[in-house]
Amino acid sequence: MSCDKEIVEMMHQYLDGDLDKSEEKKLRAHLQSCQACQHHFHELKRTVALVTANVDLQPSPDFTKKVMSQLPTEKKRNSVIRWMRVHPMITAAAIFFILMMSGVFSAWNQDQLSYPTGKNLIVKNDIVIVPEGVTINEDIEIQNGNVKIEGKVNGDVIVINGEHLTASAGAVSGDIKQIDQIFSWLWYRLKELGQSVFDLTK
Amino acid sequence: MMEERLKKSIKLVKKGDQTAFEDIVSYYQNNVFAICFRMLGSKHEAEDLAQETFIRAYVNIHSYDENRKFSTWLYRIATNLSIDRIRKKKPDYYLDAEIKGTEGLTLYSQIPNDQVLPDNEVESLEMQAYIQKEIMALPAKYRSIIALRFLNELSLKEISDVLEIPVGTVKTRIHRGREALRKRLRHV
Repeated sequence: MSCDKEIVEMMHQYLDGDLDKSEEKKLRAHLQSCQACQHHFHELKRTVALVTANVDLQPSPDFTKKVMSQLPTEKKRNSVIRWMRVHPMITAAAIFFILMMSGVFSAWNQDQLSYPTGKNLIVKNDIVIVPEGVTINEDIEIQNGNVKIEGKVNGDVIVINGEHLTASAGAVSGDIKQIDQIFSWLWYRLKELGQSVFDLTK
Repeated sequence: MMEERLKKSIKLVKKGDQTAFEDIVSYYQNNVFAICFRMLGSKHEAEDLAQETFIRAYVNIHSYDENRKFSTWLYRIATNLSIDRIRKKKPDYYLDAEIKGTEGLTLYSQIPNDQVLPDNEVESLEMQAYIQKEIMALPAKYRSIIALRFLNELSLKEISDVLEIPVGTVKTRIHRGREALRKRLRHV
Protein backbone atom coordinates (compact mmCIF):
# COMPACT_ATOMS: atom_id res chain seq x y z
CA MET A 1 0.00 0.00 0.00
CA SER A 2 2.38 2.64 -1.16
CA CYS A 3 -0.31 5.10 -2.21
CA ASP A 4 -1.24 7.96 0.02
CA LYS A 5 -4.08 7.89 2.50
CA GLU A 6 -6.11 10.24 0.38
CA ILE A 7 -6.83 7.52 -2.16
CA VAL A 8 -7.89 5.01 0.52
CA GLU A 9 -10.10 7.66 2.06
CA MET A 10 -11.66 8.21 -1.34
CA MET A 11 -12.37 4.51 -1.65
CA HIS A 12 -14.30 4.60 1.60
CA GLN A 13 -16.16 7.70 0.55
CA TYR A 14 -17.05 5.97 -2.67
CA LEU A 15 -18.39 2.98 -0.75
CA ASP A 16 -20.43 5.36 1.43
CA GLY A 17 -21.83 7.01 -1.67
CA ASP A 18 -20.15 10.27 -0.72
CA LEU A 19 -18.08 10.87 -3.85
CA ASP A 20 -19.19 13.27 -6.54
CA LYS A 21 -18.67 12.59 -10.22
CA SER A 22 -15.33 14.38 -10.64
CA GLU A 23 -13.84 12.72 -7.56
CA GLU A 24 -15.08 9.39 -8.74
CA LYS A 25 -13.31 9.94 -12.05
CA LYS A 26 -10.12 10.74 -10.22
CA LEU A 27 -10.38 7.56 -8.17
CA ARG A 28 -11.06 5.46 -11.28
CA ALA A 29 -8.12 6.94 -13.08
CA HIS A 30 -5.85 6.16 -10.17
CA LEU A 31 -7.14 2.63 -9.75
CA GLN A 32 -6.45 1.90 -13.41
CA SER A 33 -2.87 2.98 -13.03
CA CYS A 34 -2.13 1.48 -9.61
CA GLN A 35 -2.21 -2.27 -9.03
CA ALA A 36 -1.84 -2.05 -5.26
CA CYS A 37 -4.75 0.31 -4.87
CA GLN A 38 -6.88 -1.75 -7.19
CA HIS A 39 -6.22 -4.75 -5.01
CA HIS A 40 -7.02 -2.77 -1.87
CA PHE A 41 -10.25 -1.50 -3.38
CA HIS A 42 -11.23 -4.99 -4.45
CA GLU A 43 -10.65 -6.30 -0.92
CA LEU A 44 -12.76 -3.56 0.56
CA LYS A 45 -15.64 -4.26 -1.78
CA ARG A 46 -15.38 -7.92 -1.02
CA THR A 47 -15.40 -7.25 2.73
CA VAL A 48 -18.57 -5.24 2.37
CA ALA A 49 -20.12 -8.02 0.33
CA LEU A 50 -19.15 -10.58 2.95
CA VAL A 51 -20.62 -8.72 5.90
CA THR A 52 -23.65 -7.48 4.00
CA ALA A 53 -24.46 -10.93 2.69
CA ASN A 54 -28.01 -11.94 3.24
CA VAL A 55 -27.38 -13.85 6.40
CA ASP A 56 -30.19 -15.95 7.63
CA LEU A 57 -30.24 -14.22 10.97
CA GLN A 58 -33.53 -14.91 12.60
CA PRO A 59 -34.64 -15.32 16.17
CA SER A 60 -36.56 -18.39 17.22
CA PRO A 61 -40.00 -18.82 15.62
CA ASP A 62 -41.84 -18.18 18.87
CA PHE A 63 -39.88 -15.01 19.61
CA THR A 64 -42.91 -12.71 19.54
CA LYS A 65 -44.85 -15.03 21.80
CA LYS A 66 -41.99 -15.15 24.29
CA VAL A 67 -41.77 -11.36 24.41
CA MET A 68 -45.51 -10.93 24.82
CA SER A 69 -45.60 -13.39 27.70
CA GLN A 70 -42.84 -11.50 29.48
CA LEU A 71 -44.43 -8.08 29.30
CA PRO A 72 -45.30 -6.79 32.74
CA THR A 73 -48.97 -6.96 33.50
CA GLU A 74 -50.05 -3.46 34.08
CA LYS A 75 -50.86 -2.42 37.59
CA LYS A 76 -54.33 -0.98 37.90
CA ARG A 77 -52.86 2.21 39.24
CA ASN A 78 -50.57 2.62 36.25
CA SER A 79 -53.35 2.18 33.80
CA VAL A 80 -55.44 4.72 35.66
CA ILE A 81 -52.59 7.21 35.56
CA ARG A 82 -52.05 6.47 31.88
CA TRP A 83 -55.75 6.98 31.22
CA MET A 84 -55.64 10.30 33.03
CA ARG A 85 -52.66 11.38 30.98
CA VAL A 86 -54.49 10.51 27.80
CA HIS A 87 -57.74 12.22 28.85
CA PRO A 88 -56.77 15.36 30.78
CA MET A 89 -60.06 17.19 30.20
CA ILE A 90 -62.21 14.38 31.52
CA THR A 91 -59.88 14.01 34.47
CA ALA A 92 -60.14 17.70 35.27
CA ALA A 93 -63.91 17.57 34.96
CA ALA A 94 -64.10 14.49 37.19
CA ILE A 95 -61.91 16.07 39.87
CA PHE A 96 -64.02 19.22 39.75
CA PHE A 97 -67.19 17.17 40.05
CA ILE A 98 -65.85 15.19 43.01
CA LEU A 99 -64.79 18.35 44.83
CA MET A 100 -68.11 20.00 44.16
CA MET A 101 -70.11 16.98 45.30
CA SER A 102 -68.06 16.59 48.46
CA GLY A 103 -68.73 20.24 49.23
CA VAL A 104 -72.42 19.73 48.66
CA PHE A 105 -72.57 16.63 50.82
CA SER A 106 -70.67 18.14 53.69
CA ALA A 107 -72.99 21.14 53.61
CA TRP A 108 -75.98 18.83 53.49
CA ASN A 109 -74.73 16.65 56.27
CA GLN A 110 -74.35 19.49 58.70
CA ASP A 111 -77.09 18.47 61.04
CA GLN A 112 -77.05 21.67 62.96
CA LEU A 113 -80.18 23.64 63.11
CA SER A 114 -79.75 26.90 61.31
CA TYR A 115 -82.16 29.78 61.15
CA PRO A 116 -81.96 33.52 60.78
CA THR A 117 -81.05 35.17 64.06
CA GLY A 118 -82.08 38.50 65.44
CA LYS A 119 -85.62 38.20 64.20
CA ASN A 120 -87.39 37.38 67.46
CA LEU A 121 -87.67 33.74 66.55
CA ILE A 122 -88.12 31.22 69.31
CA VAL A 123 -86.47 27.83 69.21
CA LYS A 124 -88.01 24.93 71.09
CA ASN A 125 -86.84 21.31 70.57
CA ASP A 126 -85.76 21.76 66.98
CA ILE A 127 -88.84 23.76 66.21
CA VAL A 128 -88.37 27.28 65.11
CA ILE A 129 -91.38 29.33 66.03
CA VAL A 130 -92.38 32.63 64.61
CA PRO A 131 -94.29 33.84 67.64
CA GLU A 132 -97.60 35.51 67.54
CA GLY A 133 -97.41 39.22 67.01
CA VAL A 134 -94.05 39.01 65.26
CA THR A 135 -93.89 40.07 61.63
CA ILE A 136 -90.92 39.23 59.48
CA ASN A 137 -90.61 41.29 56.33
CA GLU A 138 -88.29 39.00 54.39
CA ASP A 139 -87.70 35.41 53.33
CA ILE A 140 -86.59 33.02 56.04
CA GLU A 141 -84.71 29.82 55.68
CA ILE A 142 -84.63 27.06 58.28
CA GLN A 143 -82.30 24.12 57.92
CA ASN A 144 -82.46 20.84 59.86
CA GLY A 145 -85.46 21.85 61.87
CA ASN A 146 -89.20 22.27 61.73
CA VAL A 147 -90.96 25.53 61.60
CA LYS A 148 -94.16 26.72 63.15
CA ILE A 149 -95.54 30.03 62.16
CA GLU A 150 -97.84 31.77 64.58
CA GLY A 151 -97.00 35.28 63.56
CA LYS A 152 -96.61 36.73 60.09
CA VAL A 153 -94.01 36.30 57.38
CA ASN A 154 -94.08 38.69 54.47
CA GLY A 155 -91.93 36.54 52.26
CA ASP A 156 -91.07 32.94 51.45
CA VAL A 157 -90.47 30.32 54.06
CA ILE A 158 -87.98 27.66 53.08
CA VAL A 159 -87.60 24.55 55.18
CA ILE A 160 -84.67 22.36 54.38
CA ASN A 161 -84.60 18.89 55.87
CA GLY A 162 -87.51 19.71 58.07
CA GLU A 163 -91.20 20.31 58.03
CA HIS A 164 -93.56 23.16 58.15
CA LEU A 165 -95.92 22.27 60.94
CA THR A 166 -99.29 23.12 59.61
CA ALA A 167 -101.09 23.40 62.91
CA SER A 168 -100.36 27.03 62.93
CA ALA A 169 -102.55 30.04 62.54
CA GLY A 170 -99.88 32.32 61.20
CA ALA A 171 -99.79 33.82 57.76
CA VAL A 172 -97.14 33.55 55.12
CA SER A 173 -97.49 35.89 52.20
CA GLY A 174 -94.99 34.05 50.03
CA ASP A 175 -94.41 30.38 49.32
CA ILE A 176 -93.63 27.67 51.80
CA LYS A 177 -91.10 25.26 50.43
CA GLN A 178 -90.06 22.02 52.05
CA ILE A 179 -86.90 20.46 50.81
CA ASP A 180 -86.07 16.99 52.02
CA GLN A 181 -84.05 15.40 49.28
CA ILE A 182 -80.52 16.30 48.57
CA PHE A 183 -81.21 16.69 44.90
CA SER A 184 -84.10 18.97 45.37
CA TRP A 185 -81.96 20.88 47.79
CA LEU A 186 -79.24 21.07 45.17
CA TRP A 187 -81.79 22.14 42.60
CA TYR A 188 -83.03 24.79 44.93
CA ARG A 189 -79.48 26.05 45.49
CA LEU A 190 -78.88 26.22 41.77
CA LYS A 191 -82.16 28.02 41.21
CA GLU A 192 -81.22 30.43 43.93
CA LEU A 193 -77.87 30.99 42.32
CA GLY A 194 -79.55 31.57 38.99
CA GLN A 195 -81.93 33.98 40.52
CA SER A 196 -79.22 35.98 42.21
CA VAL A 197 -77.42 36.17 38.90
CA PHE A 198 -80.59 37.49 37.35
CA ASP A 199 -80.98 39.97 40.15
CA LEU A 200 -77.49 41.20 39.54
CA THR A 201 -78.17 41.78 35.89
CA LYS A 202 -81.28 43.73 36.58
CA MET B 1 -48.80 1.39 4.61
CA MET B 2 -46.86 -0.74 7.04
CA GLU B 3 -45.44 2.44 8.55
CA GLU B 4 -48.95 3.78 9.10
CA ARG B 5 -50.06 0.57 10.68
CA LEU B 6 -47.09 0.53 13.01
CA LYS B 7 -47.70 4.13 13.98
CA LYS B 8 -51.23 3.19 14.89
CA SER B 9 -50.02 0.24 16.94
CA ILE B 10 -47.57 2.44 18.81
CA LYS B 11 -50.37 4.87 19.65
CA LEU B 12 -52.49 1.99 20.91
CA VAL B 13 -49.66 0.68 23.07
CA LYS B 14 -49.24 4.15 24.52
CA LYS B 15 -52.91 4.11 25.41
CA GLY B 16 -52.42 0.87 27.27
CA ASP B 17 -53.34 -1.72 24.66
CA GLN B 18 -50.77 -4.42 25.27
CA THR B 19 -51.85 -6.64 22.39
CA ALA B 20 -50.97 -3.93 19.86
CA PHE B 21 -47.34 -4.45 20.82
CA GLU B 22 -47.34 -7.80 19.08
CA ASP B 23 -47.33 -6.13 15.66
CA ILE B 24 -44.31 -4.10 16.60
CA VAL B 25 -42.38 -7.10 17.88
CA SER B 26 -43.04 -9.24 14.85
CA TYR B 27 -42.12 -6.44 12.48
CA TYR B 28 -38.82 -5.49 14.09
CA GLN B 29 -37.70 -8.78 15.61
CA ASN B 30 -35.31 -9.74 12.80
CA ASN B 31 -33.54 -6.39 12.73
CA VAL B 32 -33.22 -6.16 16.49
CA PHE B 33 -32.03 -9.73 16.71
CA ALA B 34 -29.46 -9.09 13.98
CA ILE B 35 -28.04 -6.08 15.81
CA CYS B 36 -27.72 -8.05 19.02
CA PHE B 37 -26.20 -11.02 17.24
CA ARG B 38 -23.60 -8.94 15.43
CA MET B 39 -22.59 -7.32 18.68
CA LEU B 40 -22.63 -10.37 20.94
CA GLY B 41 -21.81 -13.14 18.54
CA SER B 42 -24.07 -15.70 20.15
CA LYS B 43 -27.53 -16.67 19.03
CA HIS B 44 -28.60 -17.54 22.53
CA GLU B 45 -27.45 -14.25 23.99
CA ALA B 46 -28.78 -12.28 21.04
CA GLU B 47 -32.22 -13.80 21.50
CA ASP B 48 -32.14 -13.02 25.19
CA LEU B 49 -31.09 -9.43 24.62
CA ALA B 50 -33.50 -8.87 21.74
CA GLN B 51 -36.31 -9.92 24.06
CA GLU B 52 -35.09 -7.54 26.70
CA THR B 53 -34.94 -4.77 24.09
CA PHE B 54 -38.63 -5.17 23.33
CA ILE B 55 -39.58 -5.40 26.97
CA ARG B 56 -37.66 -2.20 27.70
CA ALA B 57 -39.30 -0.53 24.72
CA TYR B 58 -42.71 -1.53 26.03
CA VAL B 59 -42.07 -0.35 29.57
CA ASN B 60 -40.63 2.97 28.40
CA ILE B 61 -42.95 3.56 25.48
CA HIS B 62 -43.93 6.92 26.95
CA SER B 63 -40.46 8.29 26.51
CA TYR B 64 -40.65 7.60 22.77
CA ASP B 65 -41.30 10.78 20.81
CA GLU B 66 -43.74 10.01 18.01
CA ASN B 67 -42.25 12.65 15.76
CA ARG B 68 -39.08 10.63 15.48
CA LYS B 69 -38.43 7.32 13.84
CA PHE B 70 -39.46 4.41 16.01
CA SER B 71 -36.75 2.16 14.57
CA THR B 72 -34.05 4.64 15.61
CA TRP B 73 -35.34 4.64 19.15
CA LEU B 74 -35.67 0.86 19.25
CA TYR B 75 -32.20 0.21 17.80
CA ARG B 76 -30.73 2.59 20.33
CA ILE B 77 -32.16 0.45 23.11
CA ALA B 78 -30.75 -2.66 21.43
CA THR B 79 -27.25 -1.23 20.95
CA ASN B 80 -27.13 0.24 24.45
CA LEU B 81 -28.19 -3.05 26.02
CA SER B 82 -25.64 -4.91 23.92
CA ILE B 83 -22.85 -2.53 24.88
CA ASP B 84 -23.83 -2.88 28.55
CA ARG B 85 -23.78 -6.63 28.23
CA ILE B 86 -20.34 -6.59 26.60
CA ARG B 87 -19.00 -4.30 29.33
CA LYS B 88 -20.31 -6.52 32.09
CA LYS B 89 -18.50 -9.51 30.71
CA LYS B 90 -15.22 -10.37 32.31
CA PRO B 91 -12.24 -10.15 29.94
CA ASP B 92 -11.83 -13.92 29.91
CA TYR B 93 -15.33 -14.14 28.60
CA TYR B 94 -14.08 -13.24 25.18
CA LEU B 95 -12.53 -16.68 24.89
CA ASP B 96 -15.88 -18.01 25.84
CA ALA B 97 -17.62 -15.78 23.35
CA GLU B 98 -15.73 -17.31 20.52
CA ILE B 99 -16.97 -20.69 21.49
CA LYS B 100 -20.44 -19.28 21.85
CA GLY B 101 -20.09 -17.63 18.49
CA THR B 102 -19.94 -21.04 16.89
CA GLU B 103 -23.13 -22.02 18.64
CA GLY B 104 -25.12 -21.03 15.60
CA LEU B 105 -22.86 -23.24 13.60
CA THR B 106 -23.39 -26.28 15.76
CA LEU B 107 -27.09 -25.64 15.63
CA TYR B 108 -26.93 -25.59 11.89
CA SER B 109 -24.70 -28.64 11.78
CA GLN B 110 -27.66 -30.54 13.11
CA ILE B 111 -29.44 -29.90 9.86
CA PRO B 112 -29.35 -33.18 7.93
CA ASN B 113 -26.58 -33.32 5.40
CA ASP B 114 -28.77 -34.27 2.51
CA GLN B 115 -30.41 -30.86 2.69
CA VAL B 116 -29.05 -28.79 -0.13
CA LEU B 117 -27.05 -25.84 1.06
CA PRO B 118 -26.22 -22.99 -1.28
CA ASP B 119 -22.72 -23.45 -2.66
CA ASN B 120 -22.14 -19.75 -2.86
CA GLU B 121 -19.31 -19.19 -0.42
CA VAL B 122 -20.91 -16.03 0.94
CA GLU B 123 -23.97 -17.90 2.02
CA SER B 124 -22.10 -20.81 3.42
CA LEU B 125 -22.79 -21.11 7.10
CA GLU B 126 -19.25 -21.90 8.05
CA MET B 127 -18.26 -18.78 6.26
CA GLN B 128 -20.82 -16.80 8.20
CA ALA B 129 -19.57 -18.18 11.46
CA TYR B 130 -16.05 -17.22 10.46
CA ILE B 131 -17.06 -13.69 9.48
CA GLN B 132 -18.91 -13.26 12.74
CA LYS B 133 -15.83 -14.44 14.61
CA GLU B 134 -13.78 -11.79 12.86
CA ILE B 135 -16.37 -9.16 13.66
CA MET B 136 -16.29 -10.21 17.30
CA ALA B 137 -12.57 -9.49 17.33
CA LEU B 138 -13.32 -5.80 16.71
CA PRO B 139 -14.07 -3.36 19.51
CA ALA B 140 -17.77 -3.01 20.38
CA LYS B 141 -18.09 0.46 18.85
CA TYR B 142 -17.13 -0.91 15.43
CA ARG B 143 -19.38 -3.90 15.85
CA SER B 144 -22.42 -1.71 16.44
CA ILE B 145 -21.59 0.29 13.31
CA ILE B 146 -21.20 -2.86 11.28
CA ALA B 147 -24.50 -4.23 12.56
CA LEU B 148 -26.37 -1.05 11.74
CA ARG B 149 -24.69 -0.21 8.46
CA PHE B 150 -24.16 -3.54 6.77
CA LEU B 151 -26.90 -5.65 8.21
CA ASN B 152 -29.79 -3.27 8.63
CA GLU B 153 -28.50 -0.88 5.98
CA LEU B 154 -29.28 2.28 7.86
CA SER B 155 -28.19 5.62 6.46
CA LEU B 156 -25.26 7.39 8.08
CA LYS B 157 -27.66 9.93 9.53
CA GLU B 158 -29.80 7.22 11.11
CA ILE B 159 -26.75 5.54 12.59
CA SER B 160 -25.69 8.87 14.03
CA ASP B 161 -29.16 9.20 15.61
CA VAL B 162 -29.14 5.67 16.99
CA LEU B 163 -25.69 5.88 18.53
CA GLU B 164 -25.99 9.57 19.38
CA ILE B 165 -22.66 10.43 17.84
CA PRO B 166 -21.92 12.93 15.03
CA VAL B 167 -22.16 11.79 11.40
CA GLY B 168 -18.44 12.50 11.00
CA THR B 169 -17.63 10.02 13.76
CA VAL B 170 -19.93 7.46 12.17
CA LYS B 171 -18.01 7.82 8.91
CA THR B 172 -14.65 7.47 10.59
CA ARG B 173 -15.79 4.35 12.39
CA ILE B 174 -17.24 2.83 9.26
CA HIS B 175 -13.98 3.46 7.42
CA ARG B 176 -11.87 2.02 10.21
CA GLY B 177 -14.19 -0.90 10.73
CA ARG B 178 -14.19 -1.66 7.05
CA GLU B 179 -10.42 -1.38 6.92
CA ALA B 180 -9.97 -3.63 9.95
CA LEU B 181 -12.30 -6.24 8.52
CA ARG B 182 -10.58 -6.05 5.17
CA LYS B 183 -7.33 -7.05 6.83
CA ARG B 184 -9.00 -9.89 8.68
CA LEU B 185 -10.98 -11.20 5.76
CA ARG B 186 -8.51 -10.68 2.90
CA HIS B 187 -7.31 -14.29 2.91
CA VAL B 188 -10.80 -15.75 2.90
